Amino acid sequence: MFNRDRWLEIFDTISKNKLRTSLAGVTVALGILIFVVLYGLGNGLENTFEKFFKDDQLNTIWINPGRTSKPYAGFESNRRIEFDNDDYADIAEKFNFFIEGMTPRISLTGSNISYKLKSNNFSVRGVGPSHQKNEMTIMMQGRYLNDADILNKERYVVIGRLVKQDLFGDEDPIGKFINGGGRTWKVIGVYQDDGGDNEERIIYAPYTTIQSIQRGSDNVGQIIISYKPEIGFDGAVEFEKQIKRYIKNRKKIDPTDPRGVFIRSASSDLKENEDFSSALKMIITFVGLGTLLAGVIGISNIMVYVVRERTKELGIRKAIGATPKSIVWMVLQESIFITTISGYIGLFIGVLFLSSLGNALEEDFYILDPYVDLNTGIFATFMLIVFGGIAGFIPARRAAKIKPIEALNDK
Amino acid sequence: MIKIKNLHKSYQMGKNSLHVLKGIDFEVKEGELVAIMGSSGSGKSTLLNILGMLDNYDEGSYELGEVLIKKMDETKAAKYRNKFLGFVFQSFNLINYKNALENVVLPLYYQGVSRKEREEKALKYLDDVGLKEWATHLPTELSGGQKQRVAIARAMVGEPKVLLADEPTGALDSKTSKEVMDLIQKINKAGKTILVVTHEQDIAEMCSRIVKLKDGVIVEDKKIRQKKAL
Repeated sequence: MFNRDRWLEIFDTISKNKLRTSLAGVTVALGILIFVVLYGLGNGLENTFEKFFKDDQLNTIWINPGRTSKPYAGFESNRRIEFDNDDYADIAEKFNFFIEGMTPRISLTGSNISYKLKSNNFSVRGVGPSHQKNEMTIMMQGRYLNDADILNKERYVVIGRLVKQDLFGDEDPIGKFINGGGRTWKVIGVYQDDGGDNEERIIYAPYTTIQSIQRGSDNVGQIIISYKPEIGFDGAVEFEKQIKRYIKNRKKIDPTDPRGVFIRSASSDLKENEDFSSALKMIITFVGLGTLLAGVIGISNIMVYVVRERTKELGIRKAIGATPKSIVWMVLQESIFITTISGYIGLFIGVLFLSSLGNALEEDFYILDPYVDLNTGIFATFMLIVFGGIAGFIPARRAAKIKPIEALNDK
Repeated sequence: MIKIKNLHKSYQMGKNSLHVLKGIDFEVKEGELVAIMGSSGSGKSTLLNILGMLDNYDEGSYELGEVLIKKMDETKAAKYRNKFLGFVFQSFNLINYKNALENVVLPLYYQGVSRKEREEKALKYLDDVGLKEWATHLPTELSGGQKQRVAIARAMVGEPKVLLADEPTGALDSKTSKEVMDLIQKINKAGKTILVVTHEQDIAEMCSRIVKLKDGVIVEDKKIRQKKAL
């Protein structure tokens, strides 16, 4: 294997049979390239998927009011359900055992907000301090809303990174006042959020303040609860069930009515997502293996062709003294050499291609940061080398076994 | 040099068995230039293949320079071929992607001779056949006669005991045939044992002995006065 003379002979053969060499080389390189690119893009798809659902805290449940679809307890159907401060307080008290943090969320869409001469439409949400944790909001500047702000109904706002960019540009927004709904609001913080651009175009204010400017309404909108992680998945399911029953009972909603109140939890979403994610992974693996198999078949075909083409040459070599073993080794070493080199070329180009893609495909194709970990790539190349070797070995051994006289008569 | 006793060979053709060699007794002394003649189907090529260890025989015995050549495995046969025999074929059988020198070098490569030594030696043999200037040319750039001379150089470079030539002039015109035969005669003069299979009378007459085969047996074996090729 490490005989210099033998290698020189092989390099000689390789360099003087360019068509054959490039045919085999291109097949292998292409096989690996396609494998790496497909597998990488698949991984990118998975990345996007994970990012999508990682935005929110996992131990969170959202309780959204709806409209009833069945008459119940003397009420007609299609009754609008709303949660008020009392509901909120009672839930907090009754389920104290499960709850880690809790916040209302009153959503006002498309409010015109201005600062000096600049203005734009932004969503405004009235929330409590716990909201920061539920949305995994990260503060860049200043602080988030606190309990005192809620109690005092302060006209404070926390603005998203893009809100700051639109209204303030490079100016420091902390302590400045913005106008919205005919009032002025003091900016106390700027946040960022991994959940995408839209999440950074929101303005948060104390929910009590929002209630007070809505003519003293005590509507709390949605209720968002993060439960204690210790209760586990089963505990969460039980908690969800109990809270649903409690609310339906309290709001006089038919227990069988699917509409009146909606409860969504990240944990049940998570399970579905994980199922989907593993299905995705399976498809990617399947596609990857398929590509690899196609590559193996390709290299096998070429090896058969190569040995066929060389039958006469091998016969000549045998007539002048080549042993069968040396014939087999020559063919094998040559094929392994070509496969290895071109395999790594394919791997290299593939990895280069993936990294040059970067996040260019995120917008249109939901492919984020495509990659192939090097081990997978090397494994794939190794597989091709092994199968290329086996595919070469069988015809090479047969060629080495043919009597030289038959090989020489081969036209 | 070569001793053959009661040699038989049959080929299996489907259900029928074709008896090609039917008891050949035949001896070649060192330094002889023997022509083996016969029409196609006479068994002359089969005999040469057996002599060349390219084919096995069924019955009898074959000794090459005191060594009994009996059914041996491929590896051993390859080594014996490399050590004892040089081949010249009708269709030259040069490796077409290797130049003249690289073709001549090949038997030495399989003998395990060092690169430098084998190139020197190969160049010397190319010089002997008058093709030193053509060392770096590919077979496709050579004429038929030149190709055959390269093939002869390749057959000779391993310093075999016996040179076997299967219709060496079969693919050449009469002028080049004579040149090639002249070369063979010269090599023979230098002491090499050579067997030439041919069906051409004038080529056979350039040898010192003619063995005629017909239907698998030797019908005539006579020494002749050798004609000079040129």
